[in-house]
Amino acid sequence: MATASDARDKNWFIDKFFQSLMFVCGISAIVFVVGIFLFVFKEGLGFIVNDLNVAEFFFSPKWRPTSLHQPTYGILAMVAGTAAVTVLAMAICLPFSIGAAIFIAEFATGKTREILKILIEFLAAIPSVVWGFIALSIMNPLIITTFEVPMGLGVLNSALILALMAAPIVTSIAEDAFKAVPDTYREAAEALGATRWQTIHKVVLPAAKNGLLSAGLLGVGRGFGETMAILMASGHSINIPTSVFDSFRALTATIAAELGETAVGSPHYQSLFAIGIFLFFITFLINMTADFIVRGVKKG
Amino acid sequence: MVSTAHNKIEVQDLSIHYGAHKALGNVSLTVRKNEIFGIIGPANSGKTSFLNAVNRMDMMRPNMNVSGTVRIDGIETRSWRNVYALRRKIGVVFPLPVGLPLTVYDNVALAPRLAGTAGSRADLNELVERCLRRAALWDEVKDRLTHLGSLLSGGQQQRLTIARALSQSPEILMLDEFSIAVDPVTTMRIEDVLKELKEEVTIILVTNLVQQANRLADRTAFFLNGECVEIDDTETLFSGSAKDPRTNDYIGGKFG
Repeated sequence: MATASDARDKNWFIDKFFQSLMFVCGISAIVFVVGIFLFVFKEGLGFIVNDLNVAEFFFSPKWRPTSLHQPTYGILAMVAGTAAVTVLAMAICLPFSIGAAIFIAEFATGKTREILKILIEFLAAIPSVVWGFIALSIMNPLIITTFEVPMGLGVLNSALILALMAAPIVTSIAEDAFKAVPDTYREAAEALGATRWQTIHKVVLPAAKNGLLSAGLLGVGRGFGETMAILMASGHSINIPTSVFDSFRALTATIAAELGETAVGSPHYQSLFAIGIFLFFITFLINMTADFIVRGVKKG
Repeated sequence: MVSTAHNKIEVQDLSIHYGAHKALGNVSLTVRKNEIFGIIGPANSGKTSFLNAVNRMDMMRPNMNVSGTVRIDGIETRSWRNVYALRRKIGVVFPLPVGLPLTVYDNVALAPRLAGTAGSRADLNELVERCLRRAALWDEVKDRLTHLGSLLSGGQQQRLTIARALSQSPEILMLDEFSIAVDPVTTMRIEDVLKELKEEVTIILVTNLVQQANRLADRTAFFLNGECVEIDDTETLFSGSAKDPRTNDYIGGKFG
């Protein structure tokens, strides 16, 4: 007869079962990421090996994959457009979102706070094609009449739409960051005679800076990744934007617009996957940077 | 009540409610200038609520209702429009050390900076050193002033919060069960600090350690279930001649 010390009772088996289950769940995340990467890489590989001219790919603004005698594959204009929109969108979005998060987390109470939170979540639920619709039918004429420019589709329009789209998620992550600051910090500061603003400015903001940083980087990720709304708001013409009213074309929008019209396996098809790989690396880089900065902050 | 020169804090008919729950009822007492005024009592007897009412932290708690009057130097605290100026006169040390996520230096320099009285860098350096010395922490942190205050040990953090409370040059220092997360040796060091500090500031010492009140307090109040049972000279109270039998029972260790 087994002694109590090595008896495998019911709880032992249940414990083992759930440990294995959690292990499988945890591993599956890695499997999916690696799987997606391999698929995208496989499709783009032929282009990278046979047709890729690195200098042309990164430094030429000419994207003419369908040209019969001399196709060129330059993504510079698209990178410039995407980057410009992301930077402008964040410049608009971050002050508003962090301000909203401060209001919700530090000042609003009771009903005000609940209603605000619901409204912001509602904003996050609007599908991106509806945002594109707003860009075309509301923002476009608005920009044309306000700034007296011939066309309202372009960097400014896209940045405004992107800022609105990113605002709810940035706000709620920033609010979480403020919520994570212990109340004892606030009480200690107020007991020292700090005003509400001083408490927020000197104690809460520094304590929440890691969370705020990740909120900002999430917004940047959103900017690089957003497709449908930008496709509709950008004007979709290949062009290095020199003013906020210029039309441009986003990396993601190019893939979305062109992939369906290419022959599977053709250089054009593969070049779109090469853009996908590039986007993959950019997001990876953003996440890595966030990770390093957060770690750096913790060490300091 | 006529305020006399040696009364620092005069409390009259102070009642505190959280919603319908009564935390403290009809407390009247005076704290004299430059004394250590001990408040003892078991948990939930209203000790912390009492402190929160003195520096008007009830403003941060929407459901905390305070009635009655608290006068500091004869002026009713509720008539202070600038509550922040009132709080700068009162240093607070909380039960669990709160090292703010700033450097050791910035923790201590925070109050003068907030008040706009920081002055030159040299003045501030001197103030920080003086406060850390007074809190018996300087020797341990003088080479680590740029480290995060929240990474110090519990006992060091508690002395850091005392240094921080001193940096605002308070007239009153309120300590709320400061030794709860501090080892006995550090506790004794802080107690020595408090005995010296009493020359300059008026101290309210809330403690759950009966013997700590006995060691430090000039006079002691016994709070029980939101009621102030008895106030007397500490010696009288601890010599077994308390008027209320509950006080004798608590001090004697029969409950609490």
